[in-house]
This record gives sequence, structure tokens and C-alpha cells, in this order.
Amino acid sequence: MNWFYFSSPTTFYGLAGRLAPWFFILAAALAVWGLYLGLLVAPTDAQQGEVYRVIFIHVPTAWMSMFLYFIMACYCGLTLVFNTRLSAMMARAIAPTGAMMTFIALWTGAFWGRPTWGTYWVWDARLTSELVLLFLYFGYMALANAFEDPRRGDRAAALLALIGVVNLPIIYFSVQWWNTLHQGSSVSFKGTSMHVTMLTGMLVMSASAWMYAIGASLVRVRSVILERERRAQWVRNLPEAA
Amino acid sequence: MTIWWKSWADFWAMGGQAFFVWMSFGALLVAIVVEMFLLRVRRKRALAAIEEERDLEAEN
Amino acid sequence: MSAPTPKRHQASGSFSGGFSWAMARDLRLAWRHPDEAVLTVAFFALVASLFPLGIGAEPQLLARIGPGVIWVGALLAAFLALPGLFAADYADGSLEQMTLSPHPALGWAAGKVAAHWIVSGLPLTLLSPLIGLQYGLAPDTLGVQALSLLIGTPVLSLLGGACAALALGARGGGMLLALLALPLFVPVLIFGAGAAEAQATGLSAAPHLSLLGAALIAALVGLPVAVGAAVRIAVD
Repeated sequence: MNWFYFSSPTTFYGLAGRLAPWFFILAAALAVWGLYLGLLVAPTDAQQGEVYRVIFIHVPTAWMSMFLYFIMACYCGLTLVFNTRLSAMMARAIAPTGAMMTFIALWTGAFWGRPTWGTYWVWDARLTSELVLLFLYFGYMALANAFEDPRRGDRAAALLALIGVVNLPIIYFSVQWWNTLHQGSSVSFKGTSMHVTMLTGMLVMSASAWMYAIGASLVRVRSVILERERRAQWVRNLPEAA
Repeated sequence: MTIWWKSWADFWAMGGQAFFVWMSFGALLVAIVVEMFLLRVRRKRALAAIEEERDLEAEN
Repeated sequence: MSAPTPKRHQASGSFSGGFSWAMARDLRLAWRHPDEAVLTVAFFALVASLFPLGIGAEPQLLARIGPGVIWVGALLAAFLALPGLFAADYADGSLEQMTLSPHPALGWAAGKVAAHWIVSGLPLTLLSPLIGLQYGLAPDTLGVQALSLLIGTPVLSLLGGACAALALGARGGGMLLALLALPLFVPVLIFGAGAAEAQATGLSAAPHLSLLGAALIAALVGLPVAVGAAVRIAVD
């Protein structure tokens, strides 16, 4: 299979349109399963009570906030090195969903923190660096759209995203490096302290968030392609543009 | 795979922590609805821009 | 303005050649127009004197907030000096001339940032003990404060330099630059202010200073390339 065939916006536009609904269906199915496990089946947490159920959206969105930034940065690297057009469009398409995941991770963290720590917000390393991540997404989006020439925006924002990558290890390792209020990782490779239903529910919800992010990015990249190529003949020949 | 809750009222009450649990899940729901709406708006605008560009060229 | 431009007849460029040429050029320009450096330092002193007037002047309170206020003031002053790094050279085309010079972008980009640090970060560092005295900080805290600024402000200049180059010619001007640069300044602020804070409360400042030093080494290795690349994106 020729991968470069799909690296042209023309062919990727069609492919993204065909794939996106399947990712959304998958995301919905996984969400139903994950929420069933997390909200209905999983037992209560002995220490935290029922509020721990926020974990089923807090951890998946927090993971996705970092993972999406990483993927976005990879596309940004491709943009700078190979000057490919589609990679820059994909980075632009991922950023808003990444910002949304970051915001939800912060929001749910606040509503989980209030009953368990007694405060909505603390200025500890993990919360602060996650907040910085939100601003990195905003900065990326603002810079990408700040130029008349969209190619200039692509490249400038790509470089900014790559500089911001150093923030990711700070977020990820902050609970290990600093003694903070934020609890340690819920899942580790050595084993887990969690009930098996809780763990399954969290992983299923994470898969759902992942599929949702892919679906939303694919739908958005189609709009980005249309915006960029609106003068191209193939765009004018599309049935939806008639 | 037994259901943890004794009743639906029990479920919605979330052991007295309903506010924090449902503010979290509600925010996610709102965020998804907003994102879907924005995606739709963006697509409509992009398609309208193609139309505009075509009309502009037809005039010239 | 008769800014010296790179000599085209120099066949081969080098890092050190570009570095010293760009640094000497920018320092000469700053010497001729010292108002920018003076304004940066004046801004720092002014902001630092607003806090005692706004919050209250009890000595204990001032000694408590001093390290943080001084660091935030220096950070904001360094931020406000950023547009001066590239804006004029971008407007009059000498930045484009530089990209055409035989020297590698890494060299003259680092030289420009170094010159900028000498006229913004370094004066702020030198002034900080005086402001620390106004806040009643102990002598050892003053020393750690100045040391943390000495290590931290070059990182700010490098990070800010990359952002200033990226924002050249962008819509949104200063607000956009704030959105790009300030989040990246956060770790530097935390470790920098943390060092003086730790010293003031009787803890060891060493961990903070080591982390700040590590950040400086990483910035010196990685960011000049980024600044050069950002300038190239701006003038292409």
C-alpha cells in the first residue's frame, strides 16, 4: 500500500470522510460500555466515596491532553522537516480537541479535588503544568491563525509546538518528582492498586476518548482542507460544494 | 457484573456527592456538544467560502 | 539608520564569526540608543515599588513576598523588552540580510540574544539586590536572588527570543507574544523564585539552582537553533 497516496489533501479528504463516522461509532460504543462499568457496576471507593467516579473521565481526558499534544508535535516536526502540507493541517485539526481534553481534565480535577482535598485548585506541579499545556494549545492556535499566509502560520506554530514539548515530561513525571497533593499514578506497569472493574472501566473510557479525538480531528481536518484549497478545481467539483 | 446501586435515586445521589460527580460528567457532555456544533459551523463556513470564491471568479 | 550589515565578501561563515559580529552590532546599536535598556530597568523598579504601596508595607509581609515579586517584576520587564530584539531589524530588512550572510543562523541568532540579554537581563540582575533591600531581604537571600536571576534571565531571553521571532509580522502583536512566551516562562519563574524563597525560609536553595542551571544548559543547547529557525520562517 502506498502511504504517500494518502498524504495528499485531495485523497485524504475522501478517506477522512469515510473513516470519521466509524471512529465516532466506536467511541460511542466504548463510552456506553465504559460508563456502564464505571457508573453502574464499579463498587464505591473505600476512602473517597462515590466522587472517585470522576476518575473515569478525568484520567482519560488527562492522558489524551498529553497524547494529543505529542501527536500534534509529531505532525509539527514533519511539517518543519519535510514541509508537507497535510501534516500541518492535521496539527491544526488536533489542537482544538487537545485543548478541549485539557480543559475537561482541569475542570474534572477541580470538582474531584474539592471533596477529596478540600479545595478546587492547588498550585502544585501537575496542575500548574497542565494549565500551561492549555495555554500552549491556545498559543499554538493563535499563532497558526495570526498570519495572512497560512503556510507561514503552519511553520511558525509548528516550531512553537516543538518548543512546548518540554512541558510534557514535566506534567507526566511531576507526581513522581515532587511531593504534591495530587495522588500518584493510578496505573503502573508493576501492577495496580485498583479494583479490576475500575481499571477496566478507565481503560475502556480512555479508548473511547482516543477514538473520539481521532473522529473529531478527521472531521476538522476536512474543513481545514476545504478552507485551504477553496480555489482548487477538485474542491469545486465536490458534490457538497455544488 | 452486578449493578452496584440499590435504586436510581441512589445512583443520582452519588452518596451525597452528586454535585461534584455530575458537574464533571455534565461538563464533558457540554464540551462534546459544543465541539460537535463548532465542527458543523466550521464545515458550513468552509463550504460557503468555496461558493463565494466561485461567484467572485464568475463575476470577473 | 546606518546599521552595519554582514560583509558579503567573507566567503566562509562560522558560528563564532556570526555570534561576535551580531553581538557587537546589537551592542553598538544599544549603546547609541540606550533608552530601551533604561526603560526596561525603570519598569522593573516601578513595578517592584507598586507592591508595597498596594499590599501594605509591613516589613514581615514584604520580606515574605519579596523574592516572588522581584522575580515576577524581572520576568515582566524581560518580556516587555522582547519586541526590541527583532522588530526593528525585521522592519528595515536587516534581518533578511542576516539570513543571507555566510554565517550560520545559529551563530548570529545566539549573538543577537546574547546582546539582548546584556542590555535587559543583566541590568535587571544587577538592580535586583537594590530592590531586595527595599523589601528588607537578608544579605544571603539577596545573593541567591541575584544568582537565580543571573542563571534564569538568559533562559528567558532565549525562550522569549524564539517567541518574538515567531510572532514577527503576526496579527495580535503584544498580546499574542504574551500568550506564546509567558506559559514557557513558568518553569523558570518557579525555580528562580523558589531558590530565593528557600534561602529566605532557611532551606537549601541548591535544588532550585541546580534545576535552573539544567534549564539554562538545555536552553543554550537547544534554543539558539530554534531562534534561528524562527527568524528564517519569518523572513522566508
